[in-house]
Amino acid sequence: MCTECGCSSTDHSHHHEHESRTIRVEEDLLAKNNRLAAGNRQLFTSSHLLVLNLVSSPGSGKTSLLERTLADLKRRFNFSVLEGDQQTTNDADRIAATGVPVKQLNTGAGCHLDAHMVGHGVESFDLAETDILMIENVGNLVCPAAFDLGEDHKVTVLSVTEGEDKPLKYPQMFQACDLMLINKIDLLPYLNFDLEQCKAFARQINPRIEIMELSCQTGAGMQQWYDWLMAGVARKNPGRRGAGRE
Amino acid sequence: MTFGHDPLHELSLTQNIVDLAIEYAAREKAVKVLSITLEIGALSGVVAEAVEFAFDVCSKGTLAEGANLEIRHVSGRGRCLDCQTETEIETLTHLCPHCGSLALETVQGQEMKFTEMEID
Ligand SMILES: Nc1nc2c(ncn2[C@@H]2O[C@H](COP(=O)(O)OP(=O)(O)OP(=O)(O)O)[C@@H](O)[C@H]2O)c(=O)[nH]1
Ligand SMILES: [Mg+2]
Ligand SMILES: [Zn+2]
Repeated sequence: MCTECGCSSTDHSHHHEHESRTIRVEEDLLAKNNRLAAGNRQLFTSSHLLVLNLVSSPGSGKTSLLERTLADLKRRFNFSVLEGDQQTTNDADRIAATGVPVKQLNTGAGCHLDAHMVGHGVESFDLAETDILMIENVGNLVCPAAFDLGEDHKVTVLSVTEGEDKPLKYPQMFQACDLMLINKIDLLPYLNFDLEQCKAFARQINPRIEIMELSCQTGAGMQQWYDWLMAGVARKNPGRRGAGRE
Repeated sequence: MTFGHDPLHELSLTQNIVDLAIEYAAREKAVKVLSITLEIGALSGVVAEAVEFAFDVCSKGTLAEGANLEIRHVSGRGRCLDCQTETEIETLTHLCPHCGSLALETVQGQEMKFTEMEID
């Protein structure tokens, strides 16, 4: 077969009468990722999974949030965790220490996880036995905003050391998220971080965003987040006995 | 730094553009891609210049090498959730000019679309 044009000729010196013409494509640039994400979402929904895509700047506390959440809730819910980083298995090692199934995805030069990586990443998990799949994205407030992984919600972690204007500087990300967790509030006494201003900026970008304040270090404010998770599990899996209740 | 100025971001989107162009060109048994038309919204976070730059890199050695890239700008539009007025907006950090509300919902300008291409 002629590999150049896909025709069935074996004679590569043949000539085609090609004519210049315009063809309609009308495809979203993210169409391929969106198709794969839709496939992931279908799989997750049929397994009654709550799936969260955690996004933030590097170091805001995504892994710390997971460590604390898993320690507190792993007896109540079955978790699986995907860890996205450009390099290292450091974060997956931290999660593995909690005893929860985890898989590290290294993106190399890539600045975000995509639906294809996630689709393969979950292959080793027993999804039917999982209640909550946590996907920690690469620390980056820009690129992960555009890439649907098949999650129910994007959740952003913003730490108070980053400045209250982050929602204005990275609006796409804050618009894409359903929940913003303001982390490291134990540090507020040492900083000039204007909490109310930060929330107002986030709501300016995304009027529907939910906002919670917490500290993964001291545990302050964690209960509200746990309640939100329990409500999410109950929504995804109404038949699950005990969800949302102690 | 404005949003979208992470060249890696445009690089992966542009790779998608080239992949799509090659896929369609092969299906149409084309020997060359002459031009590609994209629509990029003002609120998409994608920087057109970065796509143009990345295109030269991504298309090298493919049917799309040397194709003319036409990028059409789609302006942004927002609807006020408080008074329902629609206005043109070029950023996501905009106030409703009618009532001053911060609660604007995007109705247009987030597209990143491969609309058509010319092939030979
Ligand atoms: N003071 C304080 N420090 C915190 C808190 N949460 C996390 N940290 C610290 O912040 C640093 C980064 O936390 P990580 O959980 O690794 O952040 P991350 O978002 O997973 O980082 P990347 O995966 O590299 O993007 C660590 O030194 C944590 O101990 C908090 O609530 N308060
Ligand atoms: Mg981490
Ligand atoms: Zn208004």
